[in-house]
Amino acid sequence: MMQLAARPAPLLNVDNLVVEYGLGSKIVHAVSGVSLEVARGETLGLVGESGCGKSTLGRAVLQLRRAKSGRVMFDGEDLTAMEGEALRRMRRRVQLIFQDPIASLNPRRRIGDIVAEPLIIAGIKDAAERKRRVHEVLSAVGLDPDLVAGRLPHEFSGGQCQRICIARSLVLNPEFIVCDEPVSALDVSIRAQILNLLEEMKARFGLTLLFIAHDLAVVKAVSDRVAVMYLGRLCEVAPSEQLFARPAHPYTALLLQAIPVPDPDVRPVESVAAGEPPSPIAPPSGCRFRTRCPRADQRCSGEIPELRQVAPGQFAACHHPLA
Amino acid sequence: MTAPLLTIEDVAVELPTPRGNLRAVDHVDLSLQAGRTLGIVGESGCGKTMLSRAVLQLLPKKAKLTGRVMFDGEDLVRLEAESLRRLRGRDLAVVFQDPMTSLNPVLTIGTQLMETIQEHLELDAPAAKARSIELLAAVGIPAPEQRLAQYPHQCSGGMRQRIAIAIALSCEPKLLIADEPTTALDVTIQAQILDLLAREQRRRHMAMIIITHDLGVVAGRADEVAVMYAGRVVERAPTQALFKRMHMPYTEALLAAIPKLETAPHTPLPAISGRPPDPTRPLKGCSFAPRCNYAGGRCHEAKPVLTSAEMAEHLYACFHPIRMTEGIEA
Repeated sequence: MMQLAARPAPLLNVDNLVVEYGLGSKIVHAVSGVSLEVARGETLGLVGESGCGKSTLGRAVLQLRRAKSGRVMFDGEDLTAMEGEALRRMRRRVQLIFQDPIASLNPRRRIGDIVAEPLIIAGIKDAAERKRRVHEVLSAVGLDPDLVAGRLPHEFSGGQCQRICIARSLVLNPEFIVCDEPVSALDVSIRAQILNLLEEMKARFGLTLLFIAHDLAVVKAVSDRVAVMYLGRLCEVAPSEQLFARPAHPYTALLLQAIPVPDPDVRPVESVAAGEPPSPIAPPSGCRFRTRCPRADQRCSGEIPELRQVAPGQFAACHHPLA
Repeated sequence: MTAPLLTIEDVAVELPTPRGNLRAVDHVDLSLQAGRTLGIVGESGCGKTMLSRAVLQLLPKKAKLTGRVMFDGEDLVRLEAESLRRLRGRDLAVVFQDPMTSLNPVLTIGTQLMETIQEHLELDAPAAKARSIELLAAVGIPAPEQRLAQYPHQCSGGMRQRIAIAIALSCEPKLLIADEPTTALDVTIQAQILDLLAREQRRRHMAMIIITHDLGVVAGRADEVAVMYAGRVVERAPTQALFKRMHMPYTEALLAAIPKLETAPHTPLPAISGRPPDPTRPLKGCSFAPRCNYAGGRCHEAKPVLTSAEMAEHLYACFHPIRMTEGIEA
């Protein structure tokens, strides 16, 4: 059923995307040939550890970072080929929510103005209309517009600032939002509020989400499908339940094992994770996970594993997938 | 039972702010036996870090500390600077959250390790160097000899945290305080560092305090857990007992709010409404009452003190404790 639901033309189609950064004379291979699809109305979770390229991928989708090669198709149009006015118009339909809600709000501007800014950029000249929209989205995220619009960001907690950021991202009625670690700077009790809010907003405004996070449990809570990324490449893509129940890629299994479970009867497995991720400046040949993988052999160093279907709807890039 | 290694008695910390005095730690009592691990859990601003700073006597200058911190027979609050300096780093060690800021960026790793060792132990340079290499190997650093000549920026976050742990362990401390030691690290590295701390603790029979916001981190690794909220310890119990039967509604709500791997996608999370109270405006009653589903009139009028019910070591501060045996439940 899952893959049938993903069948109609996807809203977002990322095809063999490559993003590199220059670092002196060296090159950081941030994203090395990633392909994925997000269906309309779907939430795709993107997980990985720091430096795996997940944020770069999110930014490259929105053209905030230009790709070296590959394509990003959004609703049938190639964003990578767009420039200037066309790209600006397209950006109204795609939005971004950042990790640090306090840093992403201008400390000297009032909340009402911050949330109205996208409307001004979009050329909505009618002040009454702008005010109406700002009121609508602030109420939608659970804030009282009359109380908050005139205040400054420092008067709000981290959780409330994230609500304001979400309101700002919704004000132009977008179809697609990239959420880049939207809850990792928040406390546990506040995190749950914001995750619930994102789910509510998604249903209410018919959104499609790319949800980037390092926390697998957080990703599972909101995602229909999950993509696991390691050192610039996708390891595995599968429907959430399936990925967590039967991981096919050894890296996914490692991530799942490493999560501390809030249950004293679950004894932590000693030293599940050998070694550390290599540098994206000089990624290993073949499979990039092979230096830490218990299943790696000669083939893994010589041949890059392609993302192949291992079960219905489940894809893994591994020469020796788990049964 | 032998005397505890550490006893925190009625410790309170107040910090002056432009908006009035901030009660960061509000009369906390805790104790820890040698060789045991205590987990202190709470959200940001609950006072867990300030409490650990009070133990280490590393509070901000303007902070006002009352109460006693008995460590190995001495009251750290009343100890003069010189004795305190000799104690810290030797018997009392600490590992901070961010290894980038706790290591000196302009000194080599070797210098930083040997400095601590020679400050506290009577070793000459070659012996201190040998011990440094031994320590780096013990915390799982490959090619330790080469590492000695390197600077912190040449190491990854996980490596830096291992080095910070090596420095903390260098003089065989009796108590190690690890303040969010893995919060800045990735999940696979976090597992490695927690394993390392547990292994070294067992081997050296050290007492350890792990301070964290993550109930998952303490569940598998602490003997006892203290949950803090708004400057107070609101529940304290042996780990098994706590997770089996939480009596304080806050502890239960905190655990419920964590997304679980077993839960199906798109299940709404039982979030705790509202947010913690403003620490400069202390509430008359229970600090959690405004967010609590069980709160009654009394909760807003008086502060519940830590009490125990069926099990002496299981303490909770609540007028309406949950999951009590028949008849007691309110």
